[in-house]
Amino acid sequence: MKLGSRIGRWLKREWIYFRKNRELLMLAIPGIVYKLLISYIPMVGLILAFKFFRYDQGIFGSRWVGLDNFKFLFKAQDAQRIIRNTLLYNFTYIILGTAAALLFALLLNEVSGRMVKLYQTTMFLPYFISLVLVGYIAYAFLEHKSGYMNSLLQNLGFAPHKWYFETKPWLFILPLVSIWKGVGFSTLVYYAGILGINSEYYEAARLDGASRPQMMMRITLPLLKPLVIILFILGLGNIFRGDFGLHYFVPNNVGMNFPTTDIIDTYVYRALTKLGDINSAAAVGFLQSVVGLVTIVSANYLVRRLDKESSLF
Amino acid sequence: MPLTKLERSSNYFINAFFIIVCALITVPFLLVIAVSISSEDSLVQYGYRFIPHEISFEAFRIVFKEPSIMLRGYGVTIMITVIGTVIALFLTALTAYPISRRDFRYQRPITFYVFFTMLFNGGLVPFYILMTQYFHLKNTLGALIIPLLLSPYNILIMKGFLDKISMEIIESAKVDGASETRIFLQMILPLSTPALATLGLFISFAYWNDWFTALLFIDNDKYVPLQLLLVRILSQIEFLANSPLAEAADKLQFANFPTLSVRMAMAILAGGPMLVIFPFFQKYFVRGITVGSLKG
Repeated sequence: MKLGSRIGRWLKREWIYFRKNRELLMLAIPGIVYKLLISYIPMVGLILAFKFFRYDQGIFGSRWVGLDNFKFLFKAQDAQRIIRNTLLYNFTYIILGTAAALLFALLLNEVSGRMVKLYQTTMFLPYFISLVLVGYIAYAFLEHKSGYMNSLLQNLGFAPHKWYFETKPWLFILPLVSIWKGVGFSTLVYYAGILGINSEYYEAARLDGASRPQMMMRITLPLLKPLVIILFILGLGNIFRGDFGLHYFVPNNVGMNFPTTDIIDTYVYRALTKLGDINSAAAVGFLQSVVGLVTIVSANYLVRRLDKESSLF
Repeated sequence: MPLTKLERSSNYFINAFFIIVCALITVPFLLVIAVSISSEDSLVQYGYRFIPHEISFEAFRIVFKEPSIMLRGYGVTIMITVIGTVIALFLTALTAYPISRRDFRYQRPITFYVFFTMLFNGGLVPFYILMTQYFHLKNTLGALIIPLLLSPYNILIMKGFLDKISMEIIESAKVDGASETRIFLQMILPLSTPALATLGLFISFAYWNDWFTALLFIDNDKYVPLQLLLVRILSQIEFLANSPLAEAADKLQFANFPTLSVRMAMAILAGGPMLVIFPFFQKYFVRGITVGSLKG
């Protein structure tokens, strides 16, 4: 009886709150419904990883097969290769990308006046073209017969390369392209972070006779740390997800290069569209999501234990 | 404060550094432009060069001679960009506004609900099946518009901006008897113009440059946007040779169809408009992008 009346009171209170907030809730409803349809319902589809999907039977009608879909991961050489490639490339992109963007932002902060804008605009340009176009640009450089790289090499007295049919060069080309494309945006994010730092810190430091490098090391960098860490954690959450466009269009999807260009995402795409192997693709997608969540939560946990302020949530 | 001698020389050094960086970033674009305005013969003979051996606008002439391919691509791309950006912008603001209100009781759960999708998702396969088997969106404009409507990252930017609008304005409007919908439409939206401009630009770039949803959901020629057109041309040279463009080239009595320069010309026509527009909006960026914390 007592419990019943307590629940009753609680319901009544919640009802009053609900009436007070319902207008704002109504405004949020379209977004909530959209996310439900586009993001949450596909999460239910993760059970496909444990089923043998048939179009005529649908997601729920298809037969359960347990871990069968994951089997190829333990058998095929493909699996080892795409997982290794995805992880190594992503680590490279995160570390090189962060380092370059931080360096650029710090230096940009030392440049005065009009030039800043020019540099920013220029560095930002590649961010605003699609990876398909980046593929075209790569093609203009790397094409065997007419590409610029080969004529440059020949002019310098080196042998030309068949770039699209060699595996090794991609280990350098892909990170280079990734930085070329992304550094402008990341630099701007950090630069905006630097501009957001309270100028009183710098004035106080100047009064104490600090030099500019000292201010950079003692004020700017420590205050940027939370931003760097947050972006790093977010990056880690995607460690198992590769940049499909970069790895699909820039190497031009040439099969011979798969040992060094293929990543989970290009593999899943091929499995889905070319091979029609929906089941392995679903299993890999399941792993991507789960590993992503686990890495992001554990990275966040570690960061929170070390420095509460820098954690993401 | 006057610069010391050391600081001035380091300034020169830093400027030189950025000039080199900017040159390295721009050079690839120049190569594509140079190739597109080179004559096919000189490309075959001398390869791609930064300074065209023989300038020729033949590639552009051919593309414009048989404009139907490009025009259809432009039509689809412009349509999804305009419709998508308008709806996405409104939906983003609509979702960001309630979760920017600290007095909203469901602020935290809804914020979590939205941002959780950044950390976890169903992956490509269930999404693909949902879109094609349940929503029946394959080969429709909807397939190109719907997936990009609401990104948590954009909500984050919008929320960061809305957080700075003072509660007192909202309170006073409420005292005057305005409903939340009215406050949103008549006060919040007009006050957010800078953020909406930034986001609008980002969203329209996302639509303009999107190839992934098209790659997944479009195989009907009717709804091929520019980027997918480029994908097809990049992956198969024959596509060009068998297309109306080649016929146009025949009409011009070309012995060899200039695939090399036409490719690059089409790339420029597809990517160029946005690159020309973008610098004009650049001033909003630094103000618009504030990666706030997710807490809150």
